[in-house]
Amino acid sequence: MIRTEEMMLNVGPQHPSTHGVFRLVIKVDGETIVEATPVIGYLHRGTEKLAEDLQYTQIIPYTDRMDYISAMTNNYVLCHAVETMMGAELPDRAEYLRVLAMELGRVASHLVWFGTYLLDIGAVSPFLYAFREREMIINLLNELSGARLTFNYMRVGGVKWDAPDGWLEKVREFVPYMREQLKGYHDLVTGNEIFLNRVKGIGKYTKEEAIQYSLSGANLRCTGVEWDLRKHETYSVYDRFDFNVITREGGDAWSRYQCRMAEIEESLKIIEQAVEQIPDDGKYMGKVPRIIKAPKGEAFVRIESPRGEIGCYIASEGKKEPYRLKFRRPSFYNLQILPKLLKGENMANLITILGGVDIVLGEVDG
Amino acid sequence: MTWIDSLLQSQPSWTNFAIFAGLGVTMLSITLGFVTFAILAERKVMGYMQLRHGPNRVGGRFGLLQSVADILKLLLKEDTRPKQADKTLFVLAPVIAYAPAFLVIAVIPFTEAFKFTDIGVGLLYYIAISGISTIGIVTAGWASNNKYALMGGMRAAAQMISYEIPLVMSVIGIILFTGSLNLVEIVQAQENIAFIFLQPIAFLIFLIAGTAELNRTPFDLPEAESELVAGYHVEYSGFRWAFFMLSEYVYLFALSALITVLFLGGWNAPIPGIGLNEIGLGAVWFTIKFIVIVFLFMWMRITFPRLRADQLMEFGWKVLLPIALANIFLSALIKELFF
Amino acid sequence: MSDDKELEKKKAAEEARSKAEELKREKAEQEPPEEKVKNSKIAPDKEEDPSDEKESDKELAKKKAAAAAKAKAAALAKKKAKEQKETESGKKEDTDEESSKKKPVKEAAEADRKQKEQEAEPKDADTEEDKEKKKAAAAAKAKAAAKRKKEAAEGADGEDEKAKAVAAAKAKAAAARAKKKAADKGEEEEEKPSPNQPLLDKYVKVLKDHLGEDIFEDFYINRLSKHVPTLVAKRDTYHRIAEFLRFNDQLGFDYLSELHGTDFESHMEVYVHLFSFKNLQSLALKVKIDRDNPEIDSVVDLWQGANWPECEAYDLLGIRFRNHPDLKRILLGEDWVGHPMRKDYEPYDVEV
Repeated sequence: MIRTEEMMLNVGPQHPSTHGVFRLVIKVDGETIVEATPVIGYLHRGTEKLAEDLQYTQIIPYTDRMDYISAMTNNYVLCHAVETMMGAELPDRAEYLRVLAMELGRVASHLVWFGTYLLDIGAVSPFLYAFREREMIINLLNELSGARLTFNYMRVGGVKWDAPDGWLEKVREFVPYMREQLKGYHDLVTGNEIFLNRVKGIGKYTKEEAIQYSLSGANLRCTGVEWDLRKHETYSVYDRFDFNVITREGGDAWSRYQCRMAEIEESLKIIEQAVEQIPDDGKYMGKVPRIIKAPKGEAFVRIESPRGEIGCYIASEGKKEPYRLKFRRPSFYNLQILPKLLKGENMANLITILGGVDIVLGEVDG
Repeated sequence: MTWIDSLLQSQPSWTNFAIFAGLGVTMLSITLGFVTFAILAERKVMGYMQLRHGPNRVGGRFGLLQSVADILKLLLKEDTRPKQADKTLFVLAPVIAYAPAFLVIAVIPFTEAFKFTDIGVGLLYYIAISGISTIGIVTAGWASNNKYALMGGMRAAAQMISYEIPLVMSVIGIILFTGSLNLVEIVQAQENIAFIFLQPIAFLIFLIAGTAELNRTPFDLPEAESELVAGYHVEYSGFRWAFFMLSEYVYLFALSALITVLFLGGWNAPIPGIGLNEIGLGAVWFTIKFIVIVFLFMWMRITFPRLRADQLMEFGWKVLLPIALANIFLSALIKELFF
Repeated sequence: MSDDKELEKKKAAEEARSKAEELKREKAEQEPPEEKVKNSKIAPDKEEDPSDEKESDKELAKKKAAAAAKAKAAALAKKKAKEQKETESGKKEDTDEESSKKKPVKEAAEADRKQKEQEAEPKDADTEEDKEKKKAAAAAKAKAAAKRKKEAAEGADGEDEKAKAVAAAKAKAAAARAKKKAADKGEEEEEKPSPNQPLLDKYVKVLKDHLGEDIFEDFYINRLSKHVPTLVAKRDTYHRIAEFLRFNDQLGFDYLSELHGTDFESHMEVYVHLFSFKNLQSLALKVKIDRDNPEIDSVVDLWQGANWPECEAYDLLGIRFRNHPDLKRILLGEDWVGHPMRKDYEPYDVEV
């Protein structure tokens, strides 16, 4: 008699493909997943609690450590929330520098995703190619902010430093270079039959499901929902750029891949235009009080991070510190659909699906 | 009649045994030497293809002693064994996986003079013996008492059994052409034209199925790092683990040699007439062809993503096998009509 | 041609403003709630008057710079002028007033959509401004003949050739300034126009129509938060309101953007930020709950996306969500003592 039994398997918190300390308790029948339960919280650092005792400017470094792959957008969302409450007006140059930093960060973030996703799928080389380009962006941002990952660059009312001499020129040169490399990626990966077989039709969900599960970013756009906060709830100076919102209809891992890869190109477009448009008046800090105090009240703002919709809620009593700070962390929301997607899939698809969501555990756990 | 042939056909004696034992040890050293540098070569090739340098510290700027250092380290490493593991099988598994890798080398004729056996069913012997390694891998997966290892073991069993079939089927065309399973005769049959030109389909099938047999990317599912952490050898460490790794590279050596023999004409010159085998260039030709194949395997590993288990099985049974069968039919037709 | 019309229109608009001011003062004391809504819509015009005059130069400059915006403003102004004529000739005061009450709802929705699709603030300010002017103008014409003269004089202050631009620019700038000021000065806030006011009115009206009068604790425009319409539900109506917002065909708030709790010491609050992909509108729904016994209905049955956020709120604040499918301590783990985001939280581990 053949007897089969389901077994419980802990994927993570230490596992090569969970991108951090993410744990997934799965019940498998052979290699087929019967049930999957995500367990998170291993990287919870209580940012929001800590922030209650910190002045607004002091909170900015903490935001760097949430989504550490794309820290600029985190910087921005906090500053943007406070600025919205204060009604602060920013000089154009500051806005452009922010946009440049954020879009470079977006490209870098998507590159990291591209590399690690291919690594998950078993191809090692694209990871290193992607990291070569990412390294260049990191160097650019390093020149701008003085840090490679935890930038702490933006301030309420502007940015910490103006761009160093020649920086804009370097950014300008980077754009065509990156475009060239992107072609290489497409040659190497996008047309690869094995890769296509691994991602096509995997982790499929519909538009309605995506909305129902509060997905955002490429996870939402891959189902055909044309929704990009940069375009549709425009903030900063994004209304001055000509770029497209990338959507795909498939709703599967392949569509998500296509979306992200095309978004790199759109970000490059924005970078290109921003470098052209940026005023060189040297004003990178707006007029804000020395001590930042958000007026009494509450505000919730949301912007488009590479992973989706990152939001910041501030309840203020008019003091130097926020009364309550809350981040809407896109990875946290995007991950919710995982148990549903994993049911009935096998181990290999688990990795494809999990990787396709593009999570950063620092963000999931807050 | 070369000296080795006369040795092979002489009466058994202690001298005879001593000579062959000596040759065996030499072969083992050559193989291990190859493995040492194959690992280094792969790391260097991979490094350069991935914008890195690869090992460059131990043993000069090319890192020539890197693998030696690695293996020494593995030898000295503490040998750990999970408490709940099946002790006997856990110890036995690496040996079962490793030994056949060496056994198969015995039948491969490197040059006309440099060979260890000359048995009539050399090809069959190779395929039969190499299948035993699968048992070692399954045993390792089971004995480790680890779920990832078990999954890896099961994947290995399924994969290697599935791909053994197209592997065998693909060479039937060659056997038809040659009329022999003896590898030496197969090489001799290619004096004028290598079988890669007569049997291109078979070559491709053999290459793909061979990669699957080797458990190398894109067929490295049993140890799929990103899915099963390390698959069947996840609980192994130290030299037991080294056995698995070494057997993989020994198989790489053996399979590349076999492909050279079967499809690339072995020690024959690539262009007939410039053979110059009389002055010992056969070894050079063999080495060049062999290195090309090894490089091809490395290249594939660096370029491709990994297949999924079900796709792998589908590909094996629904694509490779029918094509291999069709190839047999086609070969039979060609042989009947043109030879 | 159009310049004349614009001038005319502009004058009318300004009349309307002053009239509205008057009206508002009159009604301020005795008005029933319905009227309040209307007032608040009209109110913006009043706000503009002083600022217009003071800073018209600045606006002009801005105006010139933004050529595209200018053109658009002109077009809108033309349209407005036409409609004005219509109302003058064809309709009675009463009907005008009534329609002006209703129109804004639809128009606002439209305008809102536009403003999202199109560029930044200036333009939406235009549309809003237009609407208000239109409405006010209709009412004003019949009543305030005397004021018209005054207004006309004001209008004449500006240079004729640029009158069109001025009108648009003023409106824009005023709106923008109003927003900024709103953030700074609490007192003025009440009186300021909000582009989303009609939306709020619409939501409130629709919800009240369907769920009864007494369902809100409060509703207002949160000016600090990009003018998001904010509804404060009662504890027992929270889920009903949410359900209605989710499934109503007209509203269709199908996307839960954010859900979290806050400990305000006097009470707990759950903040839900909703978004409608159908109308491209945002809405904040809040509910105040008892701090000592924080319990509220879960909305996971409406938005699956509320699952983990509710767990997080439970974990960090101890808010229990009724009917939640799997309420667990998602971040800290089941053995954690206390709920850290509560203001009275004492770390359990003394050594920390």
